[in-house]
Amino acid sequence: MSAFLEVKNLTVSFPTEDGLVQASNDISFSVDRGETLAVVGESGSGKSVTSLAIMGLHNRKSTNINGSAILNLESGPIDVISAPEDQVRRLRGKAMSMIFQDPMSALHPYYSIGDQLSEAWRLYNKGDKKAGHKRATEMLELVGIPDASKRVKEFPHQFSGGMRQRVMIAMALINNPSLLIADEPTTALDVTVQSQILQLLKDMQKEFNMAVILITHDLGVVAEVADRVNVMYAGKIVEQGVADGIYYKPDHPYTIGLLNSIPRVDQLEGKRLIAIPGQPPSLINLPQGCSFRKRCTFADQVADNLCATLAPSLDMKENAHFSRCHLTEKQLVAARGGK
Amino acid sequence: MTQPVLKITGLKKHFPVSTGGVFSKGKGVVKAVDGVDLEIFPGQTIGLVGESGCGKTTVGRTVLKLYEPTAGTIEFNGEDITKLTPKQMKPRRAQMQMIFQDPFASLNPRQTVGTLIGNTFDIQKITPEGGKVEEIQRLMKRVGLNPEHINRYPHEFSGGQRQRIGVARAIALKPKLIVADEPVSALDVSIQAQVVNLLEDLQEEFNLSYLFVAHDLSVVQHISDRVVVMYLGKVMEDADKKDLFLNPRHPYTKALLSAVPVPDPKIGRARERIILQGDLPSPVNPPAGCVFNTRCWKVQDKCRTEVPELVQIQPGHKIACHFPEPASK
Repeated sequence: MSAFLEVKNLTVSFPTEDGLVQASNDISFSVDRGETLAVVGESGSGKSVTSLAIMGLHNRKSTNINGSAILNLESGPIDVISAPEDQVRRLRGKAMSMIFQDPMSALHPYYSIGDQLSEAWRLYNKGDKKAGHKRATEMLELVGIPDASKRVKEFPHQFSGGMRQRVMIAMALINNPSLLIADEPTTALDVTVQSQILQLLKDMQKEFNMAVILITHDLGVVAEVADRVNVMYAGKIVEQGVADGIYYKPDHPYTIGLLNSIPRVDQLEGKRLIAIPGQPPSLINLPQGCSFRKRCTFADQVADNLCATLAPSLDMKENAHFSRCHLTEKQLVAARGGK
Repeated sequence: MTQPVLKITGLKKHFPVSTGGVFSKGKGVVKAVDGVDLEIFPGQTIGLVGESGCGKTTVGRTVLKLYEPTAGTIEFNGEDITKLTPKQMKPRRAQMQMIFQDPFASLNPRQTVGTLIGNTFDIQKITPEGGKVEEIQRLMKRVGLNPEHINRYPHEFSGGQRQRIGVARAIALKPKLIVADEPVSALDVSIQAQVVNLLEDLQEEFNLSYLFVAHDLSVVQHISDRVVVMYLGKVMEDADKKDLFLNPRHPYTKALLSAVPVPDPKIGRARERIILQGDLPSPVNPPAGCVFNTRCWKVQDKCRTEVPELVQIQPGHKIACHFPEPASK
């Protein structure tokens, strides 16, 4: 039995006046129902571009998309990259849904919450507006909005940031999707509200048995919710594996660097942070060889200047743990500080 | 004992707001800051944390007199600056600088880096030793920018580099105090550490004092010596860093700390989390009694009527709570 979503060799690029922007490059991964895959990376690493491609939200005329993203539905597999646009549209909001970072700009300010939720429901269900509002109220209750029958009539500006994100989650889940993509769902929220929303996402995943892709830059959030992790850098997956493997035995210098560079609230020794030098490369005219080479402190350990000439492939280092790096296991152990 | 660089006592900043519609005459106040005490000693970093709307940014700005305080006193280097006019403030501003959150909004896009940093000298009518251009280039080099880029415009730099420009501008006049308002929260993870390290190095070099305003407790924990936790304009807890993080006594601090995600899956799964219900109440109409009572899991009748005073419960550790958490050790 194959996973619910299987992405294979997905490549997205945008032709611009300055040249071709290689936003995401040769992305392959899968997510199954009940599983949470976290996609971590900095701005411009291609994490959002990849998920928008899966949702079929890129303009096909101005974007070059190659590869496949297969949804294994009960009615049979569909490749959302090659399927006709109106077929993909009928999957959005039903088989797959998405929530965004900023709930205020994702909700329409002129329509009540109930109208917006029932519109999403009535798209795929037979029922009048009244039935839609009833369903909307049920969903608001499910996502923990107090006094749902009253609040369903209110407008987005009457809700706080955390409550708006709950509304977004209710809307995304109203047609019982099998895949939920959450793009930085808690970045705009305060920490105490963030932990409420993360808990809600966990509960909803159980309730609906969904596959969840969580896009974030926050390694703390990832550690809390992810089963598996894709680490992205300059449009490519540089490391892929189960969460514990990524955190305790990272196999890519970028992941090692990230984990060393973030202060931890539970470590009070006041050690100096080990920053990753430099900044990410431009996605136009990416350098030959490894994209991370110029910021990598270990690149000079690789023989024959290989990092500068040959782009490393995503190789399996261990059982189901992949990394895109030329370093040998011995060199990696040293890079991790002996672990 | 050395004199604090900055001492604020009972600081209040209230903003008037109209409460009704366009034609209503109803006037209310937002008590953005409502009685804050704070001391910063030379070379010390005070972390000021809290959620959005707690007043932490307003404290930072009022300290620099970018806002006129409603009540309370601000002492800078032992001098009371509360009542000083903008003109009287000007020479003193060379000693107190600010680093802003958004490196895109805080740099004039039409000015070159040289002008942006050089302005600080012009405004104070100071000619640096060895020439202005040389000094600007020395500053650029010090913060990790290429001095040859002196004639470039902000858009030619990345976010991290722009924040370095902001830092160079802040240290140009060798100030004693820098108010850093969320200086790294707009930056990517791998860049944040670069700027945090730079701030720490500069502190050591110039014996700077920082008022570090941020919502990210991990960063605050890393950089601060003392931490002040605010909620709805009031100080909830004020303690030495180690004390605060290992032994939080205020229920709000405890909940806040338990909500911070830790980049370690095993700890993340095992940790007991206190999930606070609801959202921050509106600062226009704060709850009576203790401002935290609507979200506190230990709330009792007394909390709804009596405002808890900020009191010292052990040396160097102050909290404002009727029912503090027990000390863990």
